[in-house]
This record gives sequence, structure tokens and C-alpha cells, in this order.
Amino acid sequence: MKSIMIAAAQSVTPSGIIDRYPNSYNHFVLPFVIGISFIIVYLLIGLIRVLYHLTGEDRMKLLKSLFIPKTALKNIRDIFCDCLIHTKIWKRKPLLGYMHSAIAFGWFMLIVLGHLEVALFAPRHLEGITEGSLYYPIFYRFFIWMNPAHETLRGTVFFFLMDFFLLYVLSGIALAMFKRVRSIALGMRHTTKPSLADRVALYSLWAIFPLRLLAEGFTADLSGGSFLTKPVNWMFKAFFGNELNFMPTWWAYSICLGLFFLAMPFSRYMHILTEPLLILFRNAGLKVRKPRKGFAEAEIYACSSCGLCIDACPMNTQKKNLKYSSVYFIRFLRRHNNRKINEIADKCLMCGKCAAICPVGVNSPEIRRVQRETLNNNLKFDYSYLDSTSAIEKPKANGKILYFAGCMSHLTPKIIKSVESILKASGNEYEFMDKDKGICCGRPLMLSGKTEAARKTIEANRKLIEESGCTTLLVSCPICLKVFKEEYNLKGIRVIHYTQFVDNLVKEGRLSISKTSMSMVYHDPCELGRGCGIYDEPRHALESIGELKKAPKERDESMCCGYSLGSLTLDDKDRGKIAESAVENLLTNKPDCIVTACPMCYRAIRSKSTVPVKDFAEIFCDNIKLWD
Amino acid sequence: MIDFGFTVSPSSRLDLDKMDRTSFNALAKIEPDVLKCMACGSCTASCTAAQFEPTSLRQAILLLQRAQVEQALNLLKGCMLCGKCTMVCPRGINTRHLIISIQKIYGK
Repeated sequence: MKSIMIAAAQSVTPSGIIDRYPNSYNHFVLPFVIGISFIIVYLLIGLIRVLYHLTGEDRMKLLKSLFIPKTALKNIRDIFCDCLIHTKIWKRKPLLGYMHSAIAFGWFMLIVLGHLEVALFAPRHLEGITEGSLYYPIFYRFFIWMNPAHETLRGTVFFFLMDFFLLYVLSGIALAMFKRVRSIALGMRHTTKPSLADRVALYSLWAIFPLRLLAEGFTADLSGGSFLTKPVNWMFKAFFGNELNFMPTWWAYSICLGLFFLAMPFSRYMHILTEPLLILFRNAGLKVRKPRKGFAEAEIYACSSCGLCIDACPMNTQKKNLKYSSVYFIRFLRRHNNRKINEIADKCLMCGKCAAICPVGVNSPEIRRVQRETLNNNLKFDYSYLDSTSAIEKPKANGKILYFAGCMSHLTPKIIKSVESILKASGNEYEFMDKDKGICCGRPLMLSGKTEAARKTIEANRKLIEESGCTTLLVSCPICLKVFKEEYNLKGIRVIHYTQFVDNLVKEGRLSISKTSMSMVYHDPCELGRGCGIYDEPRHALESIGELKKAPKERDESMCCGYSLGSLTLDDKDRGKIAESAVENLLTNKPDCIVTACPMCYRAIRSKSTVPVKDFAEIFCDNIKLWD
Repeated sequence: MIDFGFTVSPSSRLDLDKMDRTSFNALAKIEPDVLKCMACGSCTASCTAAQFEPTSLRQAILLLQRAQVEQALNLLKGCMLCGKCTMVCPRGINTRHLIISIQKIYGK
């Protein structure tokens, strides 16, 4: 203590900020320095690894995207909104959003302000590693003595801001602790079971900020403080009296920081550093090519293991299926546990709800699909019959609408009949592409990982569609719609779902609709809603027929009917359970009937519903004037 | 050889000793639904691929039990996994996974 005072007395600069330690070093910074050095080296190696595993083409794409102004702006906006402010969590669960942005944004501001403070008041220490630039801004309050006689407004504002953001972070930490005890209060029914590394990182993260408050409180009479640290200082001075007590606290603070950084790469907190990279990759338009390397690796490490996907997963109606959630899938991918990876990958319904609500935007269904590809793509198949010209009738639809019903619609002839009636009633000429013999669209093969086989059926169908000379391809199955839009690359041909088609007819007034007093609820099929982004058209059209009621979970949070082609191993019983809960969700507001726009959902929901279930086309067919 | 105007039809004898129990058990382990099949033929009747090429899951299961693996695989190679058979199966068999599993285990 004596030496401190002597050093302080030695050189009083006009700014009033004096290094208490002439060489600005104390042993207690070591744990922090070790931790931060480790994480920097780890990050560099990781970044090189991920970039190395990207294909050359993808790397070029990424490089180019960084210089396109539009993408660059989007990158900046996304990084700001998603990494710092967390708009996505705020929108869904405000309290959770507050908790997370308090910790993330608050901590970020503490780091930025700390560095600014040093840059303004002790710029010498940012000049290089030898001057302590690695640790000095973090432990600034330990190393300085501020002459109370030289207190400036600028300094006081910084003191206030630092204390304010510390309080902000502490409020977030308090919420986080409360969430561990009662997660439902913050809107989460289930949370993830943390792994060992997660626990180490979690508890050290919790400890960092209270310790920081204590540590800075102990030194507040030397280095200055504001509304938070000053009272702590007064209180502890009264309790302990001796200023030497503060050394263990600074040690503990530094150890917690070091521990956090050491545990970080093996824990969920890796998402803090990986998310910006993922945003760059995603905005560059990269795709998952291998389930564990390159882009997928960035996604895996960007997963924050928050567990929002556990509540979202339609399989969670049964507790035994909680383990198939995306968060655990990603965890096993990270651990290279192949048996579990395949088990979960095959179980998933691929409804895409986890990806839709993921705060980080990890598209885990896509990783699952690629994982299936590694096992199933080389299974034998023989589609030589698709090449024989005699087997398939070629549709002729010069300038007309070409209607593709799809395999599933053929199991529900009602849908096909209704669509045809609507086409006729609206005076459209059309050609029925797969009236007798249709080729599967290829989506089920894609979903099961047989991509090469899917390419064959896609090629065969594409040839038929393009040679038919149609201008519009009308589809009545959302599963087909998605693959037509994404994989077929049909130039000059508009691909529309029948809900869009009917909505257009309604808008143009080409259907004479008799409005009823019936109340309906609309079930969003996964592939139509989350898959193709079609939410408004069917709703708008249905409002012209009757009263449309809301379901608690709808639009991008709509529940899968359970019979999705995405799942390979889910058995009939479990699917039935999911269908039951989907129906329960739809019937919450007591509608007279359920309307859906997918042949699979139609069959699934009809088998469990207590009220009539109608297909979108069917309900229109019932309520329009068909013939003059 | 004298042409009698007819030939001896190929033997339709089944050699059940050739049946590969281990493979079938492995199949039943990863997809137990294979034991549920009652050979009603709904899958074959609704099959998309069967419109072009003989494809039948019902028959394939029977053939596997009769040690005729080659023929069974031939009946499944044209499958497009469209999933119609799953929807129509009265026993609720997970047909798509069954087909993939058969191809995985026997098709090596």
C-alpha cells in the first residue's frame, strides 16, 4: 500500500489519472491472459479450418459477398440486430430477450467503454502487448489512481456509464439464475440439460459480474466509481476496513474470466464468437455440403444450446422424444457421436419449426438432410423406366395451365376433383399432367437423403413440364411445390400452389362465392408455410367464405400434423400423438371446421379431428357457383 | 435336343435353408414393422412406381422370407419413396423406412 501511495505521489499528471503500478502489471492478470490467449489461438485455428473445408466455389462466393454493398449492409444489420440486440428473441419472448441482450449487449458495452476510457485517459496502454493492451483495459480500475481533485465531467460520465451497464448485465444475470430454477417464468417449458463444459462456463459467467462489482467496489475510493461501485466501497470499508482485502477479489475476478475463456470452445458459449461468421456465410448464400464440415461446422458452433427448439419441436408431445430436438442433434454432431447423430437425423419430421424460431438461425433440418445423404445416397436404385418414351404420356399444354396433382393428392381424389371444378368454373383451360401416370416430384427422395435418385425424377419431370409448353404450373401438394420452386429451375414458368391461384381468382372477382356463417381455422402445412412462405394467400381467400378463427400456434409456429414425409423412423403411434396435439391446438378457439391445404395434413388431421376437416379447394368448391 | 414344342418350366422350389436369418433379424431390429405386414397389398395397389415397373413391397417382404433376396431387391429398385404406401397401410407400417432398411441390409 505504501508503494502505491509513493507511486501516486511521484507523478501527478494534469488529467489526474496515475498508474498505481509503474509497470502496470500484477500477477493476478495471469489467469485472464492465459484464457484470452487460448481463445484467440483457438479461434484463429478454427476459422482457418472452417474456411479450408469450404469448397473453392463457396470461398469465392463468400469473398465476393463481402464487397457487394447490399450484402455487406445486410451483414452489418444482421450482426447488430441478431448478435447484440437479439430482435428475434425479443419478438417471441420479451423477458428472455431482455435477459439475453442484458448480458450480451451489456457486456459488449462494458468492453467497448472500458477500451474507450483507456484510449482517452491512458492511451499509452493500448499501444502494444508490452504495454499491457491485452489486459489493461479489462483491469483498468485496478491499475489507476484518480486524483479526486481532478475529477472531470468526461470521467464522471464514463464512471456512470460503466456502472449503469454493469447494473444492466447484473439484472440479466439475475434473470438467468432465476431461469435455471423456473424456466417457465421466462417462457420456456423445457431447457437444455447443460454439459460439463457448459456448467463450468455458465457458473464462471455468473460469477464474473458480481465479482467485478465487488472488485471495482473495493478500489472505488482509489480509481473512482459511480452510483453502484461507490456504495459498495463504503459498505465494505465499514466491514473489512483493510484495503488489502481487495486483492483476492481481483484474483477471483480474473480467474473466473480465464476459466470462462478456457471452457468457452467446449461449451455453448462458442456461439458468441461463431454467430457473426455464420451470418456472413448465410448472407453469402452458402449451402451445407457436408454434415460436419465447412458451413455446417459454423452452424454447429453457432448453436447457443438455448433449447428454444425443444419447446418448438412437434415431437415434444411425448417426453421420450425430447431427446430428438435439434439442440441435442447439434450437440452430438459436435461430439462426433455417430450412432446418436444418425438416430436423431432419421427421426426428425423436417417440419422446419426449429429453424424458423432459432435465434441464431441454425438450419438444422438441412444438416439432417445432408447427414442422411451420407448414409442413403449410395443405396441402389434403378429408374431406367423414366427414360423409356412409351411409358409416360407427354402432356400438351401450349400456353395453358399445367396441373400437377402429385402422388399424395391421388390418395385424396376429392382435392383433385375440387381443383378441377374450380379451374373449370373460373374458365381456365388446363392440362392434367399426372392424371394416370405421374412421376414423383423428388422431394421425398431428397428428404430421405437419396439426392442422386431425386435428381433423376426431377430431370424426368422437368423435361415433361418444359416440353409441354405451359406458362403456369399449378400444384396441389406443398411437398411438390417446394421442390418445384427450389430444385427444378423452370425458366419462364410460374409455379403456384392452388391456394395462391384461388386467392388470385378471389381478388379478381372471377368466382361467385356465397359467403357462409361458418367459422374456420386454417392449418399451415409445414412445407407450404415455413417451406415456401405462403401464409397470407390462403387466409385472405378463406376470409371471403366465412369467419376465420385463430389458433394459438399458427403461421411459422404452426404444428406439424405428424405425418410428414421428413421422418424416416417415427412410427405410426407417435405420429398419431402429434396429430392429436396439432388438432387440439387448432380447436382451441372452437371453430366449426378445420381447413388445410395439403393432402397429407388433410388425412392426418381428419383421422383425429372431432369437427369436419375440409381441404382448401374442397371448401371453395362447396361455396362457389360452379355452373351457369 | 429334340424340340417337343414345350420346355420344362423352371423350378419354383423354395430352398428355405438358404434363408438368411441374421439379415432378416437385423432388419426386424431396425424396422420391427416388417413383422406387422399382413400382405394385404394396399401398398402395391397404390404404388406410384408400379405404374411403370413391377414394384411391390408386399411381395418383397414375402420373397425375403423365402430366401429370394435378388428378386425382392428387384421389386424395390424402382421405388421413388413417395410415401403413398405409408398412408394407405392398414397396419401403419413405416414403409419408407422399411424399404430403405431392406436396401441397406440386403443391397450391400
